[in-house]
Amino acid sequence: MAILVYAEHDNQELAAATGSAVTAAREMGGDITVLVAGSGCGAVAEAASRTAGVARVLLADEAPLEAQLAENVAPLMARLAPDYSHVVAPATTTGKNIMPRAAALLDKQQVSDITEVVAADTFVRPIYAGNAMATVQSTDDIVFVTVRTTAFDGAEESDTAVPVEAVSGAADAGLSSFEGAALSGSERPELTTARVVISGGRGMKSGDNFAMLEEVADILGAAVGASRAAVDAGYVPNDYQVGQTGKVVAPELYLAVGISGAIQHLAGMKDSKVIACINKDEEAPIFQVADFGLVADLFDAVPELKAELEQRGIQPR
Amino acid sequence: MKVLVPVKRVIDYNVKVRVKADRSGVDLANVKMSMNPFDEIAVEEAIRMKEAETATEVIALSLGPTQSQETLRTALAMGADRAIHVVHDGDLEPLAVAKMIARIVAEESPDVVILGKQAIDDDANQTGQMLAGLLGWAQGTFVSKIEAANGSLKVVREVDGGLESVMLTLPAIITVDLRLNDPRYASLPNIMKARKKEIAKRTPEELGVDVTPHLKVVSVEEPPRRKSGIKVGSVGELVDKLQNDAGAI
Repeated sequence: MAILVYAEHDNQELAAATGSAVTAAREMGGDITVLVAGSGCGAVAEAASRTAGVARVLLADEAPLEAQLAENVAPLMARLAPDYSHVVAPATTTGKNIMPRAAALLDKQQVSDITEVVAADTFVRPIYAGNAMATVQSTDDIVFVTVRTTAFDGAEESDTAVPVEAVSGAADAGLSSFEGAALSGSERPELTTARVVISGGRGMKSGDNFAMLEEVADILGAAVGASRAAVDAGYVPNDYQVGQTGKVVAPELYLAVGISGAIQHLAGMKDSKVIACINKDEEAPIFQVADFGLVADLFDAVPELKAELEQRGIQPR
Repeated sequence: MKVLVPVKRVIDYNVKVRVKADRSGVDLANVKMSMNPFDEIAVEEAIRMKEAETATEVIALSLGPTQSQETLRTALAMGADRAIHVVHDGDLEPLAVAKMIARIVAEESPDVVILGKQAIDDDANQTGQMLAGLLGWAQGTFVSKIEAANGSLKVVREVDGGLESVMLTLPAIITVDLRLNDPRYASLPNIMKARKKEIAKRTPEELGVDVTPHLKVVSVEEPPRRKSGIKVGSVGELVDKLQNDAGAI
């Protein structure tokens, strides 16, 4: 068996999500090849070649792949895929965009967002916003899988680099063009890989009030997230959203502030190791999943929390 | 511009799902069903395009059992001009759905197909991308803004790092995200009017699509339950628990 893993990157850095996909691929068993598709992304391939468990790296470094448009990447993936038993990608917005298109080109039915590898052809995946877990077995000869990154550990770095081979022949399909990006870019840890996440909901009442959460986040070395309600209300940008249709997080500690805990939000954070919440409505569903719940007005509790953490000399880990 | 909007009948988003005792799936008997919320946003966008005179006709399409007609009636009541129902009992995988939509596209020649980015039942997030691949069309996924621009569509996509703008040549596939619009409620007169609109019936066989599943569902189970937690009385106690009991900070 041979497995092709699609690398998540921004042409400069290999994203941690790739490591989780490699870990899932190792559980499927087989020689792992990582595909780095982009433009000017040699450093990414170099990093990928030092990922433990990887046998080789394919580097498709060509202008039409720069923005990783699905129309240009999927044909490349479909061309390479027949040499492999599996094609695996992290279930990031990039992976979700490209993989089904490539699978359809080869008449394969993708298995989305797996959380467990049961056997090389059998996987567990959440359905109904994680309110049920389905075990599914693929009958395809090339199994397309996207991986929920929080369900698999990242890969370790290896001392020796494996070979990097160039792949050419990517073309511009002429269907779409990348116009630009408005990326939030934060100094804080990335939401999906942070050890601690502190999220605010509708109860925050305004975007300015998120500054209170940011102060606590800075003490804890935490990422800041939000519920859909807070994003819809325009308090924070879309990339803060945790939930069924936003980001799925599973940190060591998830602190939910002013979040009622709709099913769709719980779907994105209920696998966190420890959940704490602050909410003034003691009937809020968030208390049913929280290990530690505090019934309080967040506008009193959050500044108090900051003071308490400072007094105890708590530092980011 | 002619717009095709595929819509799916799913368990209502407010319903707490229950796994069947024999672990074969989720219990759908006597459960409230509705249009997939993302598909409502897709219908709304198509209707707004028609109201803005960018679109000339909006066709709703659903693939599923007899009751999927109700979902199509909702789309018609919201403002779709006519509907197509591909009648099929039993589960359909995204690939089979994409193939059937591709056949309807070949018959109807829409300029754009707008779909929800995912259905809230199987959470697969595949159909739009697969359809675009099968048709060889441009795709704009997870879209929160659409602008028509000289024979192209400029879309804003919600991606992990923020927002991204992509220009799509027509014809194109668009899958919509939550913040594209707020879908309208159908008014009573429009619901009455929708009863008279046409729903054409088709079958997978007629369309020549093999819907045999590629995936076998081995079992469906309840997710692991979290141990019930405790309420703390003060911020001090909360920090104490997090620091000393849980070792989380």
